[in-house]
Amino acid sequence: MLPCNYACNTADHATTRRAFLGSAVGATAALGMAGFANPAHAAELKKAQKRVLVIFLEGGVSQLETWDPKPNTDTGGPFKAIQTSVAGTSICELLPLSAKQMHRIALVRSLNSQTDDHGVGHNVMLTGRKMEPGIVYPHLGAVSARLLGSNANALPGHIRILPKGGSGFNGADATFLGPKFASVGLGDGKPPADLFRPGNLTATEDDERDAFRKRLDQRFAKSRKSAATDAYTESFTQAERVVKQAAVFDVDKEPAKIADKYGRHDFGRHMLLARRLLEAGVTYVKVSHSNYDTHHENFDFHIEQLGEFDRPFAALLDDLADRGMLDSTLVVVMSEMGRTPRINDRYGRDHWGRAWSVALAGAGIKGGAVVGKTNANGTAIADREVWSGHLFHTYLQAVGLDSTKNFYPNERPVPIADPKAAAITEVLA
Amino acid sequence: MDIPPPRPVLDPTTARVEREFKHVRPLIGCRFDPSGRFLFATAEDDSVQRFDLLTGTRTAFVGHTSWARGMAFVAPNPTAAPMDASAWQKAQAAAQSLVGFGVAALPAPKAAPFTLVTADYHGKLIWWQGDSDAPKPLKTVAAHDGYARAVAVSPDGATVASCGNDQKVKLWKAADGTAIRTLEGHESHVYNLAFHPNGTRLVSCDLKGVVKDWNLKTGKSERDLDAKILTKYDPGFMADIGGARGMAFKADGSAFAVCGITNVSNAFAGVGNPLAVTFDWDSGKAKQLKPKDAFQGTMWGVAFHPGGAVLGAGGGGQGRVWFWKGDDPASAHVLTVPANARDLALSSDGARFAIAGSNGTAYVYNFSGTGPVPQMPKKK
Repeated sequence: MLPCNYACNTADHATTRRAFLGSAVGATAALGMAGFANPAHAAELKKAQKRVLVIFLEGGVSQLETWDPKPNTDTGGPFKAIQTSVAGTSICELLPLSAKQMHRIALVRSLNSQTDDHGVGHNVMLTGRKMEPGIVYPHLGAVSARLLGSNANALPGHIRILPKGGSGFNGADATFLGPKFASVGLGDGKPPADLFRPGNLTATEDDERDAFRKRLDQRFAKSRKSAATDAYTESFTQAERVVKQAAVFDVDKEPAKIADKYGRHDFGRHMLLARRLLEAGVTYVKVSHSNYDTHHENFDFHIEQLGEFDRPFAALLDDLADRGMLDSTLVVVMSEMGRTPRINDRYGRDHWGRAWSVALAGAGIKGGAVVGKTNANGTAIADREVWSGHLFHTYLQAVGLDSTKNFYPNERPVPIADPKAAAITEVLA
Repeated sequence: MDIPPPRPVLDPTTARVEREFKHVRPLIGCRFDPSGRFLFATAEDDSVQRFDLLTGTRTAFVGHTSWARGMAFVAPNPTAAPMDASAWQKAQAAAQSLVGFGVAALPAPKAAPFTLVTADYHGKLIWWQGDSDAPKPLKTVAAHDGYARAVAVSPDGATVASCGNDQKVKLWKAADGTAIRTLEGHESHVYNLAFHPNGTRLVSCDLKGVVKDWNLKTGKSERDLDAKILTKYDPGFMADIGGARGMAFKADGSAFAVCGITNVSNAFAGVGNPLAVTFDWDSGKAKQLKPKDAFQGTMWGVAFHPGGAVLGAGGGGQGRVWFWKGDDPASAHVLTVPANARDLALSSDGARFAIAGSNGTAYVYNFSGTGPVPQMPKKK
């Protein structure tokens, strides 16, 4: 039987939002929505409720075609750099709308994620840790849901919007935090097709069936409770929450004008869904955009993919700001790696983790900041090298958490973020 | 240098490397000027390099601030006979034998004046004096919003056509770059274009493999032809790959060809097969020309040889030039070239062809049958 080796939630080791929130705002937020009857207070609390949105550019986006262009160098490729809304900061011409948002965006241009592998890079960027034997660290989404989420929330705290594929529950990303904080995956932004009650089953019959299932679960758990049974049980809870809030997942309920701003394509729809979920109280949303693994024809593919990314990203920042949510929502644009400065003989760029960039905006972020730099042709970091451990601390501190605390799975202290790294304070507001 | 007259029937097995012109950066495109004396090549350092086949000298055309690929020529008399360099070379050799090597070099004959028009990733067209000793941009036109992928000159030399990622085809006065007309109708990036030799029609092909046949009098598309076999939406990577990477008309106007990549199984690794598609002009009927070897990669250039063959050049793991003869859809001959061929140029008399190498070298081949035999593809 698998042990329940996640944080036990006992009073001694309850790693609550209250304990982690480092500011007065955090302490207020920890009271929970139910503690405020006054709508004005509720609105304030809604603003104070911190959220995290990760936009993950799958495959490894090129830093030279995004945040760290090197035009007219041997590695620069054909594109030019354009001026942004921040004097002295230029980004690639493929992001003209993002350039107008640069006063809200901070760039880290000196990331060495120390891997050129898709799977390892994905894990390293989302856990802030090098992979180690004997322990699997939870992803940022699970950590965020655990430390920022509210028990009162009617929606899952950790949602991944995937470009395609099936939807499902219990992503293997919460590890020792437990299945309650595991991700719910929405393939193409849609809940699982078979989630809703079939038409030939009455509500009463459905309730009876569910009650029977719960009785069996409870009886089984008395003698054979395990992480696997907990995950199984939690998946029904997650599904129940999704069903009850089905309208939140329907982007067609958005005004056409808003949908137009995000762009009438899949990624635009997914980004709009992300905003709806965050607005409805989901703590962490990860939207993946596919794909940037451009070993061949890097430039044509980046024209196409970034053309699709740029508008929804800029629209989202505007939308969050218009709704008063940007100050409470951390937005991170990351990838599992960057791409080689060297252009190969097929006009491609290959895997590269040694010197690339991440963009941040929103909660706790100093818009317009640029930290670190690469050399003239982007082949090495020239200043302020950081790795994903530094970023992980930065994300948590940006939303008001103390990233130096511990979790306690199996009574053992496990630092929330890698103690060998620290936050990149230059990008924190 | 002895330039032989064109052979009535092309024998591709006689192809030999005649010259190599090395540049410091990878090459992108290549074209012979109408006289055949110069080979122009665009490069990843934003320059256009002119290689003089007569003297071996190289001249840089500096003015683009991005990569250029499209090149076309405006010549006062484009039907003039190809340059015969043999007289100067003989005189040069004679002079050197009389007074010592390098002591009394004869000045190379002046080239007939011609204009070069180039197109770049920033959507700009630049007009140059192609034969100038100190070339500078004569005129720069902001032609397209986004990459201007190709440029062509009408048979009468009066009109320049360009196309690009703004999904437009544009016509310009060759004399001064004044805009004439915009042809709209493509719904994706326009990759290539070519004038019909009769000068009344223009064909263009986009990323999605839609070929439009434009009537230049009306500015309307007369018909769409289907080259969709050269395009694919890769659901794995959620991106489009394809388009006409090369395009050429047969001199008599009876057919044209487009080329690119087909059977794509992995767009982002370039896993697919090179393919040329020829279209009968009257019927619009398409015919596929495939390499006989199981090669993975993209065909970047295609040309009709005056001797009746079709040439294609491309690259993947290696570089190749394929030759098709007669009605056989499978290549009759394949040549391994030293680098990925990113473009193919054929001189107007068919005496030479050249490739733009990803290694920075332009390789010029002739059909002399003398010199080292090119390496044949290795059998797997």
